[in-house]
Amino acid sequence: MCLGIPGQITAITDPTRMMAMAEVSGVRREVNVAPIVTGALEDVIGKWALIHVGFAMAEIDEDEAEKTLEALRHLGEAQEELEAMAAGASALEVQP
Amino acid sequence: MKYADEFREPIAARAALDAIARVCDQIGATAENPVRIMEICGGHTHAIFRYGLDKLTHPGIEFIHGPGCPVCVLPMSRVDECVQLAEQPNVIFTTFGDAMRVPGTRKSLLQAKADGADIRMVYSPLDALELARRNPDKEVIFFGLGFETTTPSTALSIQQASREGLTNFTVFCNHITVPPPIKALLDDPYMKLDGFVGPGHVSMVIGTHPYDFIADDYGKPIVVAGFEPLDLLQSVLMVLEQIRDGKAVVQNQYARVVPEHGNPVSIAAIDDVYEQRPSFEWRGLGEIDHSGLRIRETYKAFDAEEKFGIGYATGTRSVQEPEGCECGAVMTGRMKPTQCPMFGKGCTPEMPLGALMVSSEGACAAYYQYGGARAVEAAE
Repeated sequence: MCLGIPGQITAITDPTRMMAMAEVSGVRREVNVAPIVTGALEDVIGKWALIHVGFAMAEIDEDEAEKTLEALRHLGEAQEELEAMAAGASALEVQP
Repeated sequence: MKYADEFREPIAARAALDAIARVCDQIGATAENPVRIMEICGGHTHAIFRYGLDKLTHPGIEFIHGPGCPVCVLPMSRVDECVQLAEQPNVIFTTFGDAMRVPGTRKSLLQAKADGADIRMVYSPLDALELARRNPDKEVIFFGLGFETTTPSTALSIQQASREGLTNFTVFCNHITVPPPIKALLDDPYMKLDGFVGPGHVSMVIGTHPYDFIADDYGKPIVVAGFEPLDLLQSVLMVLEQIRDGKAVVQNQYARVVPEHGNPVSIAAIDDVYEQRPSFEWRGLGEIDHSGLRIRETYKAFDAEEKFGIGYATGTRSVQEPEGCECGAVMTGRMKPTQCPMFGKGCTPEMPLGALMVSSEGACAAYYQYGGARAVEAAE
């Protein structure tokens, strides 16, 4: 929850809500990019960010993203984040 | 150096370890008379144990594990209130997975879910917002939990809900802030601390200046640190060098992510949505002044405490910890996890009695996971 995970912003999905698609370790997840927007919204496309609970909280460079991801894998936290994302997606479905 | 080979930069790690040892010798730190450094963040606690940094560093360093694991410091009364909210009819209660297994007086959220409450693990408050949009006939409550790192996410979600005019989305706010408990620990006459390793992702949001009081008022060094093992070693070295040189300043080892003044969008969202509570209860530390946040009057339609009439809105009440649980003593550094009589016996990660055994960021869980059988034997 507090360590977050690096992801690359690939497209804007909903400009009014500041939402964008991010690719996180091969998984696609819609995230809010408000904290890293400093100019035009489209400028965040292609950038790497530390993503915390669905929000792009800090822009980082690609090298830092790779190093962070490796550290998170060692801690077992990368898998935990990806599992939480999957759980979040299934939580939206109608429960049995 | 059992784990040093796993470091991405083993040579740099060895150099940092050697430098740490040199400075420890220079200042006369020994196992009997150690320098006590608190790593505030639970993520740092996890990394220290994962990489065996407590074993690799000079014996003159003692790591004191701080209160920076939000699940661990959550008082039992708040877990009870979560269960109470979740068991109301027509409610979908949403939470981060970390909080599911924290024991309450009657039951955990996991047990409440098994008993039929509609409790859903989500990744983000954005998932809770989407549930509210898709289920207009249900009340969707999000369990807002965490320090400054996660506070912007619920603030921005509440602002979004307000813009959309959602009337079935509320947040049960348990956001807490890092500086007040650090001040409380520094004011504790039994607590002897020589320096701090500061939480990097909290400072990513609030910057480094909220820690100025640690250096200016208490004369203790603090270094804001990243989460890789080398980050931690470099930060420990920077703390030691300050001690050796008789300095006390706030340093930023994690400048590649942490701007001095934090993230302006996040700070503005927090200020718009939240205000300080007069005080908030912490497991093991009790009530601490101005340490928790509540939702401002402007956004009270999104405050689960207001809407459902529970919690601090109805007056505070403290709940006793389970018998034999020493989470409070561990949290304040008075006891090592292995000194707790329940450690590894009545309390394991599979069947936790106290919160410090629940989260991977909790000191007890870290001792158990990485100390393994040795830690349990040491406790006997």
